[in-house]
Amino acid sequence: MTWRELAPYFILLVVCFLPHEAWRWLGIMLSRGLDEASEVVVWVRAVAVAILAGVVAKIVVFAPGALAGVPLWLRFSAAAAGMAAFFLARQSVLVGVAAGTGCLVLAELLLGG
Amino acid sequence: MAPQTKIEPGSARPLDGFLGGLKAGFTSVFQLVLIGTFVSIGTLAHDLGFSATWVVLSTLFIWAAPAQVIMITALGAGAAPLEVAIAVSLSAVRLLPMVVSVVPVIRSEKTRPAGLILAAHFTAVSMWIETLRLAPTRPRPERVAFANGIGTSFTATSVVATILGHYLAAVLPKALVAALLFLTPMSFMTSVTRNSRMLSDRLAFIAGLVLGPLLAYYKVGLDLLWTGLLGGTAAYLVYWFRKGMR
Repeated sequence: MTWRELAPYFILLVVCFLPHEAWRWLGIMLSRGLDEASEVVVWVRAVAVAILAGVVAKIVVFAPGALAGVPLWLRFSAAAAGMAAFFLARQSVLVGVAAGTGCLVLAELLLGG
Repeated sequence: MAPQTKIEPGSARPLDGFLGGLKAGFTSVFQLVLIGTFVSIGTLAHDLGFSATWVVLSTLFIWAAPAQVIMITALGAGAAPLEVAIAVSLSAVRLLPMVVSVVPVIRSEKTRPAGLILAAHFTAVSMWIETLRLAPTRPRPERVAFANGIGTSFTATSVVATILGHYLAAVLPKALVAALLFLTPMSFMTSVTRNSRMLSDRLAFIAGLVLGPLLAYYKVGLDLLWTGLLGGTAAYLVYWFRKGMR
């Protein structure tokens, strides 16, 4: 194999995998000796949940790729409909996901998007 | 490494834990979400000229959809390697608090480093949510194997979906790809809401929903990191004061 063929795999390993995986290894090191009920873990989990919520809201607001073709008000409405269905169905994730995504597809088809 | 102690019958059954994790993973609602997400990643990789082998390896080794989207789009646009490395690494900072909060739940005295490193590798939003929810129902010595069972089932599905997306890229309608991308925010929102039983988690979620887009809109550097530290800490403090008053 030539360098040209191998380069993308080398980049995947060195430029992407190592800088990415390092955070997981650091996480193992930092978790040493921590008890699952400890206050530190409650705080760290709150930080993780806040980041996750930030990721979610950013996907809806600044939609990536093909989702950007769906208008913002429609993305908000579909998310709200999904959450409403989720609570109505006694917190069923499946119902929430199906309803939210279904609304998005349906509205797109009706609007000819 | 701790010396291997003889496992007494009935006390620790890693195989049971692993099989239980596989079953929990394959019946999880996240299967659908992962199919949608990784079909869209396979499609993206195809459109930007990456081979199926390469994108499958990225699913196996990176195992985090946001980082994969970043690296595929950045490399596809010809960005400098250092720039790509920094962007990919920054997107993985969120994995640190996830690993730190999941390890104490699954680790036991007999846990081997290799098992834990694998579980940390499998840690991504979907696996983190399902492991925090389901692992406490298993005996502690089985939990790392259980977590790795969930991770294995999720990764397996995602690899198949990545290949599928790569081959279907040319024929998938745009509206469908948009819907697939919507599965991620919708499933994260509902499953985090369902799993948040503590006040700190609920408040952190609301704070993150508001802070995330706000900081990004005002182009604050490292927006997600600040979202987590500010939102999470504020939520924790409110929880802590409320607890102190009782």
